[in-house]
Amino acid sequence: MNFDLDQDERELQRGIREICAGRFRLEEAAGFDRDLWRELADAGVFSLTVPESDGGLGLGMTEAVLVIEELGRALVPGPLVGTFLARRPDDVVGLSERGSSVLEHFDVLDELLVVDDDGLWRVEPGAVHAVPVDRPLDPLTPLHRIESLPQGERMGPADAAHMQAATLTAALSLGIAEATTDLAVAYAKEREQFGRPIGSFQAVKHLCADMLVRAEVTRAAVHAAGVLLDDDDGGDGEAHRAVHAAKLLATEAAVANGKTCIQVHGGMGFTWEATPHLFLKRAMVHATQFGGVDSHAEAMHAYL
Amino acid sequence: MDLLWSEDDERFRAELRAWMADALPRLPAESTREDWQARRHRDTTWQRMLHDAGYAGINWPVEFGGRGASLSEQLVFYEEITNAGAPNVGVNFVGLLHAGPTLIAEASDEQRSKHLPAILKGDEVWCQGFSEPSAGSDLASLRTRAVRDGDDYVITGQKIWTSFAQVSDYCELLVRTDPEAPKHKGITWLILPMDTPGVDVRPLKTVLGSSEFSELYLDEVRVPAVNRVGGENDGWRVAMVTFSFERGTSLVSEMVEARRQLDELVKVAKVVGRGRGTAWDDTGLRREIGHAAAELDALWNLVKRTVSEAARTGVPGVGASVVKLYYSELIQRIGDLALRVLDRASLSLDDVYDHSGHFVEERLRVLALTIAAGSSQIQRNIVAERILGLPK
Repeated sequence: MNFDLDQDERELQRGIREICAGRFRLEEAAGFDRDLWRELADAGVFSLTVPESDGGLGLGMTEAVLVIEELGRALVPGPLVGTFLARRPDDVVGLSERGSSVLEHFDVLDELLVVDDDGLWRVEPGAVHAVPVDRPLDPLTPLHRIESLPQGERMGPADAAHMQAATLTAALSLGIAEATTDLAVAYAKEREQFGRPIGSFQAVKHLCADMLVRAEVTRAAVHAAGVLLDDDDGGDGEAHRAVHAAKLLATEAAVANGKTCIQVHGGMGFTWEATPHLFLKRAMVHATQFGGVDSHAEAMHAYL
Repeated sequence: MDLLWSEDDERFRAELRAWMADALPRLPAESTREDWQARRHRDTTWQRMLHDAGYAGINWPVEFGGRGASLSEQLVFYEEITNAGAPNVGVNFVGLLHAGPTLIAEASDEQRSKHLPAILKGDEVWCQGFSEPSAGSDLASLRTRAVRDGDDYVITGQKIWTSFAQVSDYCELLVRTDPEAPKHKGITWLILPMDTPGVDVRPLKTVLGSSEFSELYLDEVRVPAVNRVGGENDGWRVAMVTFSFERGTSLVSEMVEARRQLDELVKVAKVVGRGRGTAWDDTGLRREIGHAAAELDALWNLVKRTVSEAARTGVPGVGASVVKLYYSELIQRIGDLALRVLDRASLSLDDVYDHSGHFVEERLRVLALTIAAGSSQIQRNIVAERILGLPK
C-alpha cells in the first residue's frame, strides 16, 4: 500500500500543468480552442489509456484522474470527458446522458456519445435537432437545447461508461476545488483592509482552511476512485462505492469552494472581469453531469 | 499510487488475527465506565498480552523495545484490533502515544530504561498534566509554578482535563520555571510520580455523567530535578516534539471504529420502525447516511495518503490537522444521524433496544473531539497559517 504519488505521476501532473499555464489564459479565454485541443491531443492526453501497441500511452484511470484534475484546475473549456473516453485523439467527442434537456459544446462536436441504462451509443451530431441557448450559465460552456436523442449505434456497456465518466468529471471538479483554494488564498494575502491583509483575520482564515480541507479530502476520494477502477475485478463493488463517494464529494467541494472563493474576493468576486465566477459556474456544470450529490448519496446505500 | 496491501502487510494481518483469536478470550471482561481499577486492570492486562506477543509499542523503534512496524503495518494493526473488538489503548494512551514517544525523543538513558519497558509491559500508567483552568488553547500561558530547592523542584498549582489520573503512576507535567521569560521560554517538562505527597486528584464529572477527567491539585509537591526531561525552560519544545503524534496516530483507531459504528447504524435503521416502514425506507435519512459513509471512506483514504507521504518524506505531513478537523466534525454529524434514527429511544443511555444506549453515549462522548487536542478553531488557524501560509 503506497497511496502517495510516485515520481512519474508527479511529473505527469507537472507536464500537463505546464502545457496549460503556457498555452491557456483564463482571462482571455473565448471558449473551445481547437489549437489547444490539438496540443493536448499531441501531448497524449486523449490517448492516455489507448494501448501502446495502438500508439497510446497504455496507462489507466489512476493516471487519467491526475491528468484530468490538472485540466480542471486550468478550467480548460471543451468536451474533455467525452473525447477522453472515446479514445479518438483526432476528433472532438461529446458525451451526454440520455434524457438530458441540454447539450454542451454541440457546435464543435465531430461525434456524440450517449449513455443510458442499456449501453453507450454513438450518435451522428447531424442527426440531432438542437437549438442554441443564448445565455448559458457558464460563458465557456456553450449549450444547445435538445428534445430527444436518436438511438444511435451501440458502442459498449453502460456501467463502465457511467463509472469512468463520473470519475473523470469528479477529477475536473477536484481541479476546480484546488484552483479556487489557491486563488482565494493568494487574494487573502494581498488584499488589505483595516491596514492589514484580510487573510490575517480569523474569519477569513477559517474560510480558506475549510477550502483546503474540502479539497484534500476530495483529492483522496478521487484518486482512490481512479486506482480502484484499475484494480476492479468486478467482485465486491469497492470501485463503484469509491466512484460514488468521489463524485459526490468532488461536486460539493467544487461548488462550495467556488462560492467561498467569490466571498473571499468580496465585491470584486461578484464582477464579470474577475475569474472566480468562471470556476463556480463550471463547478455547477459538472454538478449536473453523470449524477449529482443526491443520486450518488442514494447509490451509496447499495453498499451499506 | 496504489491501495493494495503488500504481501508483508497481509502476512502481518494474518498473524495478528490468528494471535487475537487465541488471546481475546483470555482477556478480563469489560467493566463499567466508572470502575477505574477494573478498567486499568483490563487495559494493562491487554497491554501485557500485546507485549508478550511482540505487538507492544507498534510505532516505537525496535531499539526502545517497540515493534518498529512500518506505517502501513500500523494501519493494519489498528484496523484489525478495532474490528476484532479488542481494547483500544485505553488507560495506556498517554504512556504509549505521548509520554513514551517524548521520552524516546528527549529523555536520558536512565529515564528511558526506567520507564519505557514498564510502559510497554503495562506496568506503568501515565497521565498528562498540561492544561490548566486558565491555560487551554493558549497552553503556553500555564502558571503552575516550580521553584528549585536544592536537588528538588517544589511545585504548586492546578492542572485540569487529566485523563486516567485516578489510576496513573506517573504524570508528564509542564511547569513554569521562569516567570520572567517570554511565555514559551520559561516552561519545563517533568516526570511526576503520582504518589508524591501534595498531589490531590479530584475527578471531574463530564457530560457523560462519568469521570473521564480529573483536576490535579499540586501543593508544594517535591519532584527531584533528575526527573526533568530536556533542559530547564526548554519544556515547550520537548512537549511539541510529539504533539503531532496525538493529532495523527491516535485518530486511526477512532476512525476504524467509526466505520464499524456506521455499519451498526445502518443495521439499526433497517429495523427501527418509521411510518409504515423502517428508518432505512426514509430516502432523506438514507441519503444522509450514504453521504456520511462516502465522507468516512474518503477520510480513510486521506489517512492512507498521509501515512504514505510520511513514509516518503520522513516527517508527519500536513494531513494530520486536516484529518483531525474533518473527522471530529463528521463523527458529530454521524452522531446526530444516529439520534434521528433512534428517535425517542435516543433519550435513554440505557439500551431501549440492542445497543441503542451506546449510540447515545457516543453522541455525547464525541462532543469532546472538536475541543480536545486542539479545538476545531485552533486547527483551522493551524491549517491556515502553517499550510496555506496566511499571516498571523
